[in-house]
Order: sequence, then C-alpha cells, then structure tokens
Amino acid sequence: MVANFLRAPMNEKKVLKLKAEIHILKDQCKGCGFCIHYCPKKVLEESDEINARGVHPPRVVDEKNCILCSFCTAVCPDFAIFVRGKQCMDGC
Amino acid sequence: MAGAFEHPFAVYLRAAMIPHIWCSGCGNGVILNAFIHALDELRMDLDKFVVVSGIGCIGRTAGYTNVDSFHTTHGRAIPFATGVKLAKPELEVVVISGDGDLFAIGGNHFIHAARRNIGIKVICANNFNYGMTGGQVGPTTPLEALTTTTPYGNVEHPFNLVHLATASGATYVARWTTLHVRMLTMSIKKLLQRKGFSFIEVVSPCPEIYGRRNNMRTGLEMMEWFRKASVIANFSDPAKAEITPEKIVVGEFVDIEKPTYEQLLYGKIAKIVKKE
Ligand SMILES: Cc1ncc(C[n+]2csc(CCOP(=O)(O)OP(=O)(O)O)c2C)c(N)n1
Ligand code: SF4
Ligand code: SF4
Ligand code: SF4
Ligand SMILES: [Mg+2]
Repeated sequence: MVANFLRAPMNEKKVLKLKAEIHILKDQCKGCGFCIHYCPKKVLEESDEINARGVHPPRVVDEKNCILCSFCTAVCPDFAIFVRGKQCMDGC
Repeated sequence: MAGAFEHPFAVYLRAAMIPHIWCSGCGNGVILNAFIHALDELRMDLDKFVVVSGIGCIGRTAGYTNVDSFHTTHGRAIPFATGVKLAKPELEVVVISGDGDLFAIGGNHFIHAARRNIGIKVICANNFNYGMTGGQVGPTTPLEALTTTTPYGNVEHPFNLVHLATASGATYVARWTTLHVRMLTMSIKKLLQRKGFSFIEVVSPCPEIYGRRNNMRTGLEMMEWFRKASVIANFSDPAKAEITPEKIVVGEFVDIEKPTYEQLLYGKIAKIVKKE
C-alpha cells in the first residue's frame, strides 16, 4: 500500500513550494561583487545606489529565478546578504 | 533577531565589532563566514569553544567571534592554544591566523605542535604576504611575486603549507580557496570533529595590498585566478601540491588518527599516580 502511495503522481499545485526571500543589508555591503558574479542564476546585479560606505550594493533582478542555493550568503565576506525560503502555495 | 543586525549568523559575531575592518573583497570575511557556518551546522557548544589568533589582518577574527577568544602576540597563537588545551582538554581550541604569523615568526610552534599531535585545530589564511604591516614578502609569497619588499620580484622559494603540515605529523590536512566555500565549510566541520592536530590552509585574496601589485586589483580578480587555477585532487601527494600562478591543487590531503599529546600526557600521569 505504501509503495502504491509513493508511486502516485505528484500534484504540483498541492505541493508547498519554497519562495526565495533575498535580504540585502545595504549599508553593510563593501561592494566586492562576489554575490553578483558567482550567483549561478544571475539573480543579482550592481545597483546605482550609493550606500553608507560609498559603494554600490547589489539589487535583486528577479527573485523568481533564485534557486535558494545560498551561495551568495556563504561567499559574502561582510555578512551583507542572506536568503530565506518562504513556504507558500502556488502563486504567492 | 538576536544580534544587533539582521543576519542568521549575527549571534556568532560581536555586534559592536561589526562591520569588520577588512577591505572590500578581502578573503578573511569569507573564512569567518565559512567558520561560523560550520559552527552553526554542528551546533557546537559555544561555552566549550575557544578561538585564538595571532597578529595580522586575519588575527582580528578572535575579536569578531562571539566566543571566548584570545588575540595573542605575533606568532604565539599556537603556544597560547597549547596552554589552553593542556589546562582544559575538554575545550575545543581553534587557532585562526595568517601565513606570516603561523609560518614565519611562529613556524617552530607549528611544526612541533603538529609533531606532538596536540589536539588543537589550525586554520591559516594564506594571502601570500604580511597584509597588516603593508605587504612585505613572507614565507608563502610565490617566486617572482611583487611585494613592497620585493619590488623586482621574489627570489625566495615559498613553503608548501600542506606538505609542511603533513610532514610534521598533522592528522587532518586540507587546502581550499575562498571560492570553494562549500568544501571549505565541510572541511572545517571535519576539522572540528577530529581529535588530533588538524590544519586547513585557505588560499585567500588580499586585493588591497598583495593583489594590486600582482595584476589583480580586486578581490573578484583574485577569486577568478583561484577559479581558473584550482584543481581538486583529494588525497593526492601534498609534496606535489605547490601553488603556482597556473595551478592551485586543493582538496583534503590527510585524514588519519593517532593518540593526541594530551591523551598520552594525562594517561601517563594517571599511571604514575596509580603506582605511587
Ligand atoms: C613580535 C612582532 N614582530 C613583528 C610584528 C609586526 N607584524 C604585525 S602583523 C605582521 C605580519 C602579519 O602577516 P600575516 O600573519 O600573514 O597576517 P595578514 O595581515 O596577512 O592577515 C607583522 C610582521 C609584531 N606585531 N610583533
Ligand atoms: S541563493 Fe543562489 S540563486 Fe539565489 S540569489 Fe543567492 S546565489 Fe543566486
Ligand atoms: S558579496 Fe556581500 S559585500 Fe560583496 S557585493 Fe555582495 S553583498 Fe556586498
Ligand atoms: S590588507 Fe589585505 S588581508 Fe588585510 S584587510 Fe585588506 S585585503 Fe584583507
Ligand atoms: Mg598574510
């Protein structure tokens, strides 16, 4: 029985998907560009804004493309970016 | 949120000391980040945890980590750590320091701590120079590299740190660059779980003082060098893992077990006490 249950096709609409929530602590950023350059999905880009340290912090191009790999969080030398997965039903 | 700023790792940092002083694109921050990540994943008991650093840019780490820590004199991080470990063997003692601190002025301490297999863990930020004092040549500066004291190119052969650590008797030896943050975090987790003398060399960008004299003006350019030159070769011969502009061999080199100094010492004392 259990095996049958496991084989049932997944209803994509009913699965809780994780939606990325990218937090950028702008004034902590020193503008090294590691997060922008090494994001595998090119989710980030340099913004035009100038922060408290006189550099351009990253901004999110499209959060939907984020695969929540957290590489940006891990490679940031300044603890200025982190990503959280928010659970939500389709369309949030 | 527990820290003074909003970041999942804020609790592991001394809020008053953050933002840190390290330059933009400096690898020290990446090493600190990976170290905290490993602590977080292992859910280490921070009351039994001590961080010891020497002097240098990376030496600031002792002041940034929100655990009991010592910022010691230049070159003497390992002697301090040895003292802590022998006085209280139940503590987890980690030395995070620089290539100059650990292998120039502190070189003897390193080889003998490894030889004795004292159960301390050593992470070296190898940025190829003395960053803090203005970029002088050091024991890991590559041949021909330009530094403030080698303006015509370095003529000294550098240490191959993973070979040195292996030959001295370290029981865990690995090398990663700051681009290999995932492997580095995995390796730090292993280092923290080993009993004996364990060592990780992290090849790290110092764009401000070293990189810009060697055609790599930014941290990103140095990271790109690491990306192009790195070759992962786990458990390959550390003697052949020299760092050259063309090739940086990374990976784990040693993972063995043998009795630690503190086990042998306290075992011996217990036997003598029993006899008397
Ligand atoms: C006994 C002593 N000698 C010399 C110095 C000067 N000094 C401070 S830091 C340093 C070298 C730092 O290089 P490294 O350990 O590689 O750290 P980095 O700054 O590159 O991170 C030196 C020589 C000192 N503080 N004390
Ligand atoms: S989590 Fe991964 S995919 Fe998402 S922004 Fe960061 S690096 Fe890019
Ligand atoms: S990695 Fe960190 S410091 Fe560097 S640009 Fe991105 S957010 Fe800023
Ligand atoms: S001088 Fe070099 S090692 Fe020191 S903080 Fe700046 S980039 Fe980092
Ligand atoms: Mg150095």
